[in-house]
Amino acid sequence: MPMFNNNEILDTIHMIDQQHLDVRTITMGISLLDCCDPDPKAACRKIYDKIARSAQDLVKTGQDIEAEFGIPIVNKRVSVTPMALVAGASDTEDYLPFAQAMDDAARAVGVNFIGGFSALVQKGMTPADRRLIAAIPEALAATELVCSSVNVGSTRAGINMDAVALMGQTVKKAAELTADRGGFGCAKLVIFCNAVEDNPFMAGAFHGVGEGDRVINVGVSGPGVVYHALQAVKGEGFDVVAETVKKTAFRVTRMGQLVAQEASRRLGVPFGIVDLSLAPTPAVGDSVARILEEMGLETCGTHGTTAALALLNDAVKKGGVMASSSVGGLSGAFIPVSEDEGMIAAARSGTLCLDKLEAMTCVCSVGLDMIAVPGHTPAETIAAIIADEAAIGMVNHKTTAVRIIPAPGKDVGDTVEFGGLLGAAPVMPVHGESSADFIARGGRIPAPLQSLKN
Amino acid sequence: MRAIVTVIGKDTVGIIASVCALLSQHRVNVLDISQTILQEYFTMIMLVDVRESDLPFADLAALLKGEGEAAGLDIRMQREDIFNAMHRI
Repeated sequence: MPMFNNNEILDTIHMIDQQHLDVRTITMGISLLDCCDPDPKAACRKIYDKIARSAQDLVKTGQDIEAEFGIPIVNKRVSVTPMALVAGASDTEDYLPFAQAMDDAARAVGVNFIGGFSALVQKGMTPADRRLIAAIPEALAATELVCSSVNVGSTRAGINMDAVALMGQTVKKAAELTADRGGFGCAKLVIFCNAVEDNPFMAGAFHGVGEGDRVINVGVSGPGVVYHALQAVKGEGFDVVAETVKKTAFRVTRMGQLVAQEASRRLGVPFGIVDLSLAPTPAVGDSVARILEEMGLETCGTHGTTAALALLNDAVKKGGVMASSSVGGLSGAFIPVSEDEGMIAAARSGTLCLDKLEAMTCVCSVGLDMIAVPGHTPAETIAAIIADEAAIGMVNHKTTAVRIIPAPGKDVGDTVEFGGLLGAAPVMPVHGESSADFIARGGRIPAPLQSLKN
Repeated sequence: MRAIVTVIGKDTVGIIASVCALLSQHRVNVLDISQTILQEYFTMIMLVDVRESDLPFADLAALLKGEGEAAGLDIRMQREDIFNAMHRI
């Protein structure tokens, strides 16, 4: 009988108890392509019914797995087909009811977010895409659980600058409509370049059209575990650091794979991918910034931060990829400012600024995430920030995203409190010089050359 | 189905006896057991078989946790797969 090594058992228990090891999310992707209907009311009813029917056992199954394996599963979520594709079939100008149908269904099944009030406009916009984008601010204000995303660029298509300009205004409006909650609407809105179709993480999750009818995707986490492992190799060379991160990521991902397979089996829904992401939380000891500091940086954001993050991001992927039968989603280190205790501290101290964060997004998963800027920031400046980030994604063949909150009535030095996993965002300065004429041009930034790389 | 029961807490008389009594009450077979004192803390690790248990896994785990809390102990029961996955290739 193979008996376990007691240290291994206690290691796992310490990881869960003291190092915040958890499965961050089990996300069920659901295709709504079969819910199209010329009558918008009928379409909304079909949408509600399909989500409610497909995901009725999701939360209970997650809780059962949690209880049996003794591993916390923090979130249970649903992602759906980009709503512009479904709503486009309906004879209506008003897309708000579609968001409400999603919200109602999410409540009925007990998940804590539903993603997919989305449009993919990297090359051009259909009338449905325009109507959906127009409905985003109100949808985010009027619903609680609906998350929205818009893909404005890709390596193959370039950047749709008309959409970028529109999203600058959309972000501003979403903030204004939720001004009483610090601009909370913007925390549920992601603007992507090279969006992936199987991302389980919110707010950017949607169920891609290349996916099956239903799928289970799992996002793992574990910054605290990596941080703790690195504390044991203080002063060692970077080869040792990389190896340590890889080994840790392997273990964390194996756990995620086990949970994903178990959830898939119990729900009778195919397993999609494990997303190997280091997703921080505002809890002390669960921070990506503190990992970078553990590598020898006094404060996250100082010189060397980009190199440290590049190593971390790569080692997480290398360690995780062998531990799962199928890796996908965003996979890498997340750097959401408001959701990371160390990032919050670094931003407050002034060491971590927007420009450095932008540089960091060149080497890590996703992008400018959960960043609060002054409420008076012009829509064109926000659009220009989106364009910069999209350009990084487009040129580097990676997913980049912007989730930015122009916090109404707040200025540099203030803090916006969102609470829970969304944390607290110190308002960060933006450049005051105008980008308005740049954004006003519109059109498309062409797709980059795929050769002559330098 | 096999599970790992871990009991961690301040050492007192009769911890092993009371945990084993509870397990046998619910027809859980103890396959292996090891215990040490780590920094004054009593640490017991048991490999158990819960196939014949009269309670669903989650209820049994909750019962153990509750009994542990009453006695000032941290008792948890987890399916062995989690340790297999994390520490064995």
